Amino acid sequence: MVFPGTWSDRDCGWVIDQVVGAQLQYLWHKDADLKGCDCVILPGGFAYGDYLRTGAIARFAPVMQEIGEFADRGGLVWGICNGFQILCEAGLLPGALIRNASLEYRCEWTHLSVERTDLAFTSQCVEREVIRVPISHGEGSYFAEPAVLSRLEQNGQVVFRYCDAGGRVVPGANPNGSLHNIAGIINKRGNVLGMMPHPERCAEPELGGADGLKLFRSVAGRGLKVLVS
Amino acid sequence: MSLDTVDSRRLREVALTPEEYRVIVEKLRRPPNAVELGMLGVLWSEHCSYKTSKALLRRLPSTGEAVLQGPGENAGAVEIGSGWAAVFKIESHNHPSAIEPYQGAATGVGGIIRDVIAMGARPIALLDSLRFGPLPGSRHHFDGVVAGIGGYGNCIGIPTVGGEVYFDECYANNPIVNAMCVGLVRLDRLMRARAEGTGNSLMLVGADTGRDGIHGASFASVELDESSSERRPAVQVGNPFLEKCLLEACMDLAQTDAVVAVQDLGAAGLTSSVAECAGRVPGAGARIDVSLVPRRERGMTPYDVMLSESQERMLVVVQRGRESEVERIFSTWDLTSAVIGDVTDDGHLTVFDQTQVVARLPIELLTDGAPPRRLASVAPDPAPSLRLDSLPPLVDPGESLLRLLASPNLCSRRPIIRRYDHMVGDATVVAPGGDAALLRIKGTRLGLAMTTDCNARYCHLDPNLGAQHAVAEAARNIVATGARPLAVTDCLNLANPDRPEVYWELEETIAGLAHACRSLELPIVSGNVSLYNDSAGTSAIHPTPVVGMIGVIDDYSHRLEAGLKHEGDFVLLVGSSLNDLGGSEYLKVEHGTVAGRPPALDLAREAAVNRLILAAAKAGQLRSAHDCADGGMLVALAECCLLGGMGVRCPALRPEAPLRLDAAFFGETPGRFIVSVGSRAMPELQTLARRHHVEISLLGMAGGDTVEFEGQFRLSLDQMRQAWEGGLLH
Repeated sequence: MVFPGTWSDRDCGWVIDQVVGAQLQYLWHKDADLKGCDCVILPGGFAYGDYLRTGAIARFAPVMQEIGEFADRGGLVWGICNGFQILCEAGLLPGALIRNASLEYRCEWTHLSVERTDLAFTSQCVEREVIRVPISHGEGSYFAEPAVLSRLEQNGQVVFRYCDAGGRVVPGANPNGSLHNIAGIINKRGNVLGMMPHPERCAEPELGGADGLKLFRSVAGRGLKVLVS
Repeated sequence: MSLDTVDSRRLREVALTPEEYRVIVEKLRRPPNAVELGMLGVLWSEHCSYKTSKALLRRLPSTGEAVLQGPGENAGAVEIGSGWAAVFKIESHNHPSAIEPYQGAATGVGGIIRDVIAMGARPIALLDSLRFGPLPGSRHHFDGVVAGIGGYGNCIGIPTVGGEVYFDECYANNPIVNAMCVGLVRLDRLMRARAEGTGNSLMLVGADTGRDGIHGASFASVELDESSSERRPAVQVGNPFLEKCLLEACMDLAQTDAVVAVQDLGAAGLTSSVAECAGRVPGAGARIDVSLVPRRERGMTPYDVMLSESQERMLVVVQRGRESEVERIFSTWDLTSAVIGDVTDDGHLTVFDQTQVVARLPIELLTDGAPPRRLASVAPDPAPSLRLDSLPPLVDPGESLLRLLASPNLCSRRPIIRRYDHMVGDATVVAPGGDAALLRIKGTRLGLAMTTDCNARYCHLDPNLGAQHAVAEAARNIVATGARPLAVTDCLNLANPDRPEVYWELEETIAGLAHACRSLELPIVSGNVSLYNDSAGTSAIHPTPVVGMIGVIDDYSHRLEAGLKHEGDFVLLVGSSLNDLGGSEYLKVEHGTVAGRPPALDLAREAAVNRLILAAAKAGQLRSAHDCADGGMLVALAECCLLGGMGVRCPALRPEAPLRLDAAFFGETPGRFIVSVGSRAMPELQTLARRHHVEISLLGMAGGDTVEFEGQFRLSLDQMRQAWEGGLLH
């Protein structure tokens, strides 16, 4: 999915097309249909400049209506970074991403503890596996009302948590002040994933790590046609 | 308006001298009107005309086998293999950043990106060379500039992969902000901004035109004073989102043959871009109608429109009849485009406001008419000499190392690097923080290395030798990744050249650059000069000739990084050490003095050492490589340990006379690297070194979590990291 101002579209496209070898289709923000795709990725960037608030304008994009209906039908929707912010603004995922606690942009490697492996996005990971994935954002601190947060925890909707190299979920491993060290969540039905870290930046060893490939392989392994929306 | 009637205030406003005004009247055979005077003022500013430096700049070498485009275009271009050209340029945004750090730096980034786009290339990387006064006094400059660079680069989705930052009193009022952009284009798609073809249309695309930045170029060509903050309206405001759309639209545009040329609107806005575009084609001219220019506000005069420096605009020369094709591409990205005129063959730039001619000037007068300034040149008093025998001996190398690691000029740049997206594009295979950055070129095995360098303290002590050092150090940084240096872009930042000592510095700087680039066979394919980096005559910056360099590695799987990798590897010093403490960081930090001459530089030795490293890297003998620069051998060794997360154990360092112990640890002799080697590769490396006539000496063995020179000192990595990571945080 390409909004004006999206920039991880080409990186996601590269991984899908050149690294994983899945079928790739770019979708434009003004498109009215999803061209028969099985998974729609909302990649990183600054959609429409993110000037008002991250994702706040993008949620009104013509294509978002279609993506909402697609999710309702059980289609896979994967928001990465700005895509996660947009999914929260659009109400497809609960909570919000607010300014990093440091008040600064952060581009660095993080460790993630994978807490769900029964999902289409994480089936190639093992339970509590620690994967190394970089972040790159200024507004990635996950926030939700206490009631929402406890519901997320009860339902097991937290998919990724920032942790240290040994897998311990500690404050020192939290790069942005996210509540409960949350790096990624899934909707209740299990088909809409939002995550701040960038798996498309670590799908080849020469880029410093290849753990992100597990997520793309999980999705593509199902023989799906992946759409970078 | 004759000379009698044009008052001096008016001339000052457009930054023209009475002498220059006389030349204009003589060439035109009439006085210019107000619009024309404004147009000439900006184009004849130092920033646009290079009237002070042009004659000197001709001395720089700009040709070479790989050169596709030298100076004179929006950016330089070199062939790098597999059908690709690298397009790159560095540019200053010093004056705006002094007044309004965030926007000044942001628009500096935006401007250099457009220069690369105009060549038809997709920008793949940004680098920034920064200088500030000491912290915490210059915190507002530092924070604003770093945030501005990140704000623009992060939003537009181009990784910021390198650069440098140094702190010195001389930059307290005049920070230096130089931005470099590197792009890639297929050889057959390289564009040039030439207004070819009479009757072809001139289209203005991107942002609407507002009153921002009027006189920006003129403002950049005078010293800063108390009234400078009133110049804030001369600082433009950036919109990276718009530029991202402009970038993508221009990439789409480059796939069609409807477009003849693309030109960035930067300093001096429409006036400069139209004049430059036409000026590159002998006899060409242009007609434009300011009433057709889409505007941001009402009531703008032709003068405002011609001089506006509103950002995120491009001029496109379109084949006549194919304007709607171009308009369609831009409207896909929700961008405005408008035909504002056409190319003529009358050699004039004629500006209409609907039917009325509001300005008509010969293109040549605009682009080439500024009389070159020949200024007096006087060598200043030499810097205080350094008497080595009066220096107290080194007491505790470990303590000195900790203080050097914590020095703001040497400490970890992580607090800055992590504020920049340096990974977007999935190409960064050597991340910032070590020597040069290295980006892979997708679909090939090629890697493109890039760096910026300049030790301005050396340049202060000896501008000629200092400039040579900048070139040599940049080359070593490229080589440390395993890539061979290919070409250079330079940004010469100096003070007010009207002062004979500064003009002398300019001459010497250019002479030094020319000499080093010739010796190392490195063409300078683009660049920028920023003068008048003074504040009301009181503080002048050191000459700061920032060298941006790119290099190529044929197979990036042979790339090298600085960090130690394997326990038990031998750690070696390549090259020999001399008593080079003059101008060193050690002298400044440990003895509080800046004195002596910079280290002598033997460019033939540099080339030999570089060849050895490249040969050893290609043969797979090296596990890591790091350039020894500021702070000397021990700081470089400490960085290898910190970056690799691995210690080193060394026997005591006992230099042979006359080499002093402090110089052996902290001297800054050029032509040296720290490398690590697997034990089995040692004999081969020794043979290779002998063949290249380069000395290598064993320092110690990698491993553990301490750095130790037996009997001399021992430090844990944690202790060192604490010093190193904290240097920018106060």
